Amino acid sequence: MTLNPNRAAGATPLVAMKDISISFGGIRAVDHVSIDLHAGEVVGLLGHNGAGKSTLIKCLSGAYRMDSGEILIDGEKAEIHNPRDARRYNIETIYQTLALADNLDAASNLFLGRELVTPLGFVDDSRMEAETRRIMGRLNPNFRKFKVPVAALSGGQRQSVAIARAVYFNARILIMDEPTAALGPQETRMVGELIQELKRQGLGIFLISHDIHDVMDLCDRISVMKNGVLVGSEQVGDVTEDEILGMIILGKKPERAGVN
Amino acid sequence: MSDTAEAHGAARKRSFIETLEIDTRLLGMIGAFIVLCLVFHFQTDGRFLTPRNIFTLAIQTVSVAIMATGMVFVIVTRHIDLSVGSLLALCSAVMGMMQVVVMPQMMGMGFGHPLIAPLAILSGVVVGVLIGAFNGWLIGYLTIPSFIVTLGGLLIWRNVAWYLTSGQTIGPLDPTFQLFGGINGTIGPFWSWVVGGLGTAAALWSLWSARRAKQVHGFRVKPAWAELVMGGLVAAAILGFVAIVNAYEVPAARLRRLFEARGETMPEGYTTGYGLPVSVLVLIAVAIAMTVIAKRTRFGRYIFATGGNPDAAELSGINTRLLTVKIFALLGGLCALSAVVASARLTNHANDIGTLDELRVIAAAVIGGTALSGGMGTIYGAILGAIIMQSLQSGMAMVGVDAPFQNIVVGSVLVLAVLIDIIYRKRTGGFK
Ligand SMILES: Nc1ncnc2c1ncn2[C@@H]1O[C@H](COP(=O)(O)OP(=O)(O)O)[C@@H](O)[C@H]1O
Ligand SMILES: [Mg+2]
Repeated sequence: MTLNPNRAAGATPLVAMKDISISFGGIRAVDHVSIDLHAGEVVGLLGHNGAGKSTLIKCLSGAYRMDSGEILIDGEKAEIHNPRDARRYNIETIYQTLALADNLDAASNLFLGRELVTPLGFVDDSRMEAETRRIMGRLNPNFRKFKVPVAALSGGQRQSVAIARAVYFNARILIMDEPTAALGPQETRMVGELIQELKRQGLGIFLISHDIHDVMDLCDRISVMKNGVLVGSEQVGDVTEDEILGMIILGKKPERAGVN
Repeated sequence: MSDTAEAHGAARKRSFIETLEIDTRLLGMIGAFIVLCLVFHFQTDGRFLTPRNIFTLAIQTVSVAIMATGMVFVIVTRHIDLSVGSLLALCSAVMGMMQVVVMPQMMGMGFGHPLIAPLAILSGVVVGVLIGAFNGWLIGYLTIPSFIVTLGGLLIWRNVAWYLTSGQTIGPLDPTFQLFGGINGTIGPFWSWVVGGLGTAAALWSLWSARRAKQVHGFRVKPAWAELVMGGLVAAAILGFVAIVNAYEVPAARLRRLFEARGETMPEGYTTGYGLPVSVLVLIAVAIAMTVIAKRTRFGRYIFATGGNPDAAELSGINTRLLTVKIFALLGGLCALSAVVASARLTNHANDIGTLDELRVIAAAVIGGTALSGGMGTIYGAILGAIIMQSLQSGMAMVGVDAPFQNIVVGSVLVLAVLIDIIYRKRTGGFK
């Protein structure tokens, strides 16, 4: 395999998913797929609808339990059986369906499941709001709607709450499943800038996207899936857009020397 | 973007109500309630808003109101519990049997033994919590729809109670136990003022400490005068209610009997008021505890998060199955408390106790603004809903409305209340 110049030779990947398989009632949604991710790297996952991208990363985020295969984090075998386990490994996920509780405000969503509490054990709303204001001031300074349920926010504002959640809790591994699918162009750009910022901070990011331009701009490597199997993984610099399209549509790796 | 819209909002002069930050929905309910009371008052030639009738309304409302607070959590998480009336009957039967048969006859405790009431209540609460938890397990872990589980419970538990008591009325209940029934258990004017005073102080303190918490983090607070107005309203409501129940005088004949029971003679011209009923104090305690759970605990936060978006809650690491078990167990425990109040009020356990309560409880929660679509509801709303329902029913009975027509009105009010709520939410935009 050609070495990524960003990656030190032989360095253990932050995440290695090895030989992952999962089926739903006879359908092999993910079929012996192996991918990895290094710190400070953005890996794009591409493929048609139903290719198995979401299912694969849900094994990492704890939403699904894989049938076989293993996940290594920092080279050590990780047991991830539910979302709580994933959080313990500093894995945070941003879903395409904007997984926020619409009836709660930004702070309650940001801290959902990990509320700040007073010494008596009551939720400390004022402190959570103050922390939310602090982090949003950094990530999305235009954000003002702290007091209202997130149902009243635009798609981009909601997504920035989800991203703030990952950043606040020191995610090391960020999974973004079509984070911009529900956003307008300007908000998509905002999320793109956030991804680059997080990458600079050394997070490893899996980015699932439909938009090849986005992926070419933001990712270091891409992995393409089709019908549950991995077509191949490539350095973004080594392939053209057309070659990636070929992988997605035909399920064939580009035939060039030096790349396997 | 939307930020400009908010800038306009801030620039616009804030109305009186906005400055006070009172929930307009609550205001609407209170307004409707006041109109209702005034109409009944004039229709009954001034018999509706008397200390005596307000006292009676209060003790009639308690049982449904206690369960309604628990029903809020159930409905907020998109479930329903149709078995509360039936479970109340079973808890009542267990407590009745404990204090009339098991403890005095089988365990040989004498009539009026001080341990009878606490142990009876404990056994009822244990039964209520266990059955509630069992329902929650069927719903959360075995994923049987709550409608089905509790529809089954509606049929099952009342008839389990029937077998437990062989269908007989169990009584008379323990004298201490009967103190929870209302008229037979009041704390008198002096202690009522003490409780009212302490309650007012606590309410003012919580307003003040909430303001402090905001100031510490530099958030905007409402002007001091608005805070004072709110404090004044709260104090007036608490102390006003105490004044009313204190003004309801104990009949002279009953007083004379009380004095005779103590071996004294009643001084000439002696009068006293009933004061706060113990059952109302139980409701107040439940209301405070449930509000604190809803607003200030993780458990409450998870209830609302799960109701708003079950998937998001699950993905945030919340164990929504266990949460379901806890919510139904909590409601089961509250059914037991309601059973204490309801059976003590009747001074015995009868097998038809709490019949149709499931509908009253659900109606109270829904009239109080709990949305069946989940994620929305308040404890105070449910209690106010229970009060409105009871007032409507009692008021119509006093005016002399035919019984069938009473039910027609209550049913229509329920549907209308939900319609108004839907329109209101559309106008104000979603969750409020
Ligand atoms: N919970 C599930 N139950 C049954 N089938 C599922 C489930 N989740 C995913 N699948 C199936 O697995 C396949 C892969 O889906 P998915 O991972 O969502 O694809 P992608 O994210 O690449 O569009 C599809 O055929 C889908 O129908
Ligand atoms: Mg997908």
